[in-house]
Amino acid sequence: MKYIDEFRDGDGARHIAANIAAEVRPDVAYNFMEFCGGHTHAISRYGIADMLPANVRMIHGPGCPVCVLPIGRVDLAIRLALEQGVMLCTYGDTMRVPASDGLSLIKAKARGADIRMVYSAADALKLAEQNPEREVVFFAIGFETTTPPTALVIRDAAARAVKNFSVLCCHVLTPSAITHILESAEVRQLGTVPIDGFIGPAHVSIIIGSQPYEHFAEEYRKPVVITGFEPLDVMQGILMLVRQVNAGRAVVENEFSRVVTRDGNLAAQNLVSQVFELRESFEWRGLGEVPYSALKIRPAFAEWDAERKFDLHYASVPDHKQCECGAILRGVKRPADCKLFGTVCTPESPMGSCMVSNEGACAAHYSYGRFRDIAVVAA
Amino acid sequence: MCLAIPARVVELLPALRAVVDLAGVRKEVSIDLVDDAQVGDYVIIHVGYAIGKIDPEEAQRTLALFAELAQSEEAQP
Amino acid sequence: MTMTTPKKNYLRPIDFKHGHIDMTHGAGGRAAAQLVDELFARAFDNEYLRQGHDGALLPFPTGGRLVMATDGHVISPLFFPGGDIGCLSVHGTVNDVAMSGAKPLYLAASFILEEGFALADLKRIVESMAAAARDAGVPIVTGDTKVVEKGKGDGVFISTTGVGVAPDGLCIDGRQARAGDVILVSGTVGEHGVAVMSLRESLEFETAIQSDTAALHTLVQAMLQALNDPNALHVLRDPTRGGLATTLNEIATQSQVGITIEEAAIPVLPQVEAACELLGLDPLYVANEGKLIAICAPEVADQLLAAMRAHPLGRGAERIGTVTQDAHCFVQMNTRFGGRRVVDWLSGEQLPRIC
Repeated sequence: MKYIDEFRDGDGARHIAANIAAEVRPDVAYNFMEFCGGHTHAISRYGIADMLPANVRMIHGPGCPVCVLPIGRVDLAIRLALEQGVMLCTYGDTMRVPASDGLSLIKAKARGADIRMVYSAADALKLAEQNPEREVVFFAIGFETTTPPTALVIRDAAARAVKNFSVLCCHVLTPSAITHILESAEVRQLGTVPIDGFIGPAHVSIIIGSQPYEHFAEEYRKPVVITGFEPLDVMQGILMLVRQVNAGRAVVENEFSRVVTRDGNLAAQNLVSQVFELRESFEWRGLGEVPYSALKIRPAFAEWDAERKFDLHYASVPDHKQCECGAILRGVKRPADCKLFGTVCTPESPMGSCMVSNEGACAAHYSYGRFRDIAVVAA
Repeated sequence: MCLAIPARVVELLPALRAVVDLAGVRKEVSIDLVDDAQVGDYVIIHVGYAIGKIDPEEAQRTLALFAELAQSEEAQP
Repeated sequence: MTMTTPKKNYLRPIDFKHGHIDMTHGAGGRAAAQLVDELFARAFDNEYLRQGHDGALLPFPTGGRLVMATDGHVISPLFFPGGDIGCLSVHGTVNDVAMSGAKPLYLAASFILEEGFALADLKRIVESMAAAARDAGVPIVTGDTKVVEKGKGDGVFISTTGVGVAPDGLCIDGRQARAGDVILVSGTVGEHGVAVMSLRESLEFETAIQSDTAALHTLVQAMLQALNDPNALHVLRDPTRGGLATTLNEIATQSQVGITIEEAAIPVLPQVEAACELLGLDPLYVANEGKLIAICAPEVADQLLAAMRAHPLGRGAERIGTVTQDAHCFVQMNTRFGGRRVVDWLSGEQLPRIC
């Protein structure tokens, strides 16, 4: 596969690893947050952590839209399906997120709710057109990468006057989340979460460009390297961060230059701003209320806004008392620090969203990483 | 996050859609967000939509950078 | 005045082109008997079935041990590239019997049909089953049909049970893997699951990937014959639901050993890899219906591999790993980068994802 295989070459990875090992200063600790769940997943899947020197530590960030989706939002979707009999369309990722009353979308389906897994927002609209007698709601989650498709679908629904279709919008924004972390007590004052730099999201940046990150570099003096998802990209991104730290620089660099530009995809950005506007505040699991961090549908498209159509009111639901998803999402705790990890909370019976999503820190650690805590036999 | 994959545009279809090919697997996607995509271009596909295009020169440059690292590593004693 | 003599036992032939299953087909009366007669018995025809008893009276070789396996088939869609629920139900059970090193002898098939199911589709499925059974040389000797009300079935569910004979002294099962053993796979993985997913609503992509569904018993016999000591072959298993990764984890736990596999050695068709990339799936966890895993003593590995490759269903056989001593029973994989990761059990269902 072109533009994929070349960036997964094992020899290349070893060379970059050798360079990282050669260039890190032995007395310095390098703590880099990989914001994106996709990077968390890549690091686990390719065993990249094994190739880094001991003083380079990767901290998992909250860039996993499933992980940061609060219980209350999933409850809204479940209730629409169970109580209002809508056809609830959702991406596969959210199906198993635990919500209130021991339910999840997949469990609600078992109770008779009409929950349909879709690969694409367009499929949800198609289902609405094929089933004119049913109300169809699309549960829209995701960061900036996934938002333009939702915008397109709302625009098309309006253009084609599809009356039985609406969107439950839970799209969130990356830069706000990064700011929130950088402003958090743990980072700013207490220093309990040292962050020396960021591995910036790859695909979000295709849409928003590299420009929005310049603010973090300048104001917070943290280098940001926008990095692709293939393992060679990740290693190269880490090397670039190490170099910046060593040189005392704090700028935005773009490792993923083959697709990301400074301006990003303007057509997509324009479309998004036509259909959506900022919410003043939005609750993120683990981060609490974050100002200007999420989107809602503009009044011009009110007919396709499920929150207006069904008069939905968001109610915050606290996580399970001992669930540490919040602290883990902020990088304050690690999965193994959570009392529930691996005992009550497993991928089969997740208590919190970090265990459900493929790239949640807990799921990644459970599947790939927990074995590193135990002495594993070399073959 | 964001499972997105580079695939080659093999056919343009009406209404801003296209067929892309990834190692012989073909899928119909929307190119609404990358409306200047041409046959032969590589686009990044996310949930059935092209969201960006690969710049082949930049890709080469990045790969060359990796190769350079390999050489410099070998040059070290 | 002439009277037409009523024909004895006249029944209008079943309309397989346009007809549908209705509740009478399961009622045990004439309509049910007619369906069995005109469809099942005709397609599966063999001397045992012709006995027409409730149970089939079957010759069984003296010596050796009886092996029995059963499988329910609820796959949807019923027809997919490379196969259908019919041949799948034959292959699946023949394979389960064969994985003990046994020679499959007979099959039983029971059908739960949904009211309204198109007879044309049923005929297609039954004929596919008949062909699969004939090709495998394993007759379907008895069966049953029931009908459930519309909405209570997915068109058709098929349950097959198979019996076979395993030679005395042969000990092939999941508990026999030992540290030092070599792990072989009979060919490329991930095709069946991808072929089926390619049809699921909203995941359509055009692909030439076909299900690999196949009866593996002749491959197993070829493998056993190639060995001086058949007990040098310790484990055989077909990696169906949950894929290669799940099956290896099962074996590791049952045998109380560890397993290490080499990512670069696992054969996967480029198209399967690409389809998995598009959907966010891992080929290691995707179902196979025509492949087997063999775990054998290291001294016979080369021999066994050669025997597999000489057989049409084992051409793509590869050596993929070794069994280790490991109290934790982990399945580990050396990645293409020289990194290492653990390949865990599948959690829940593999769902295509956005992240």
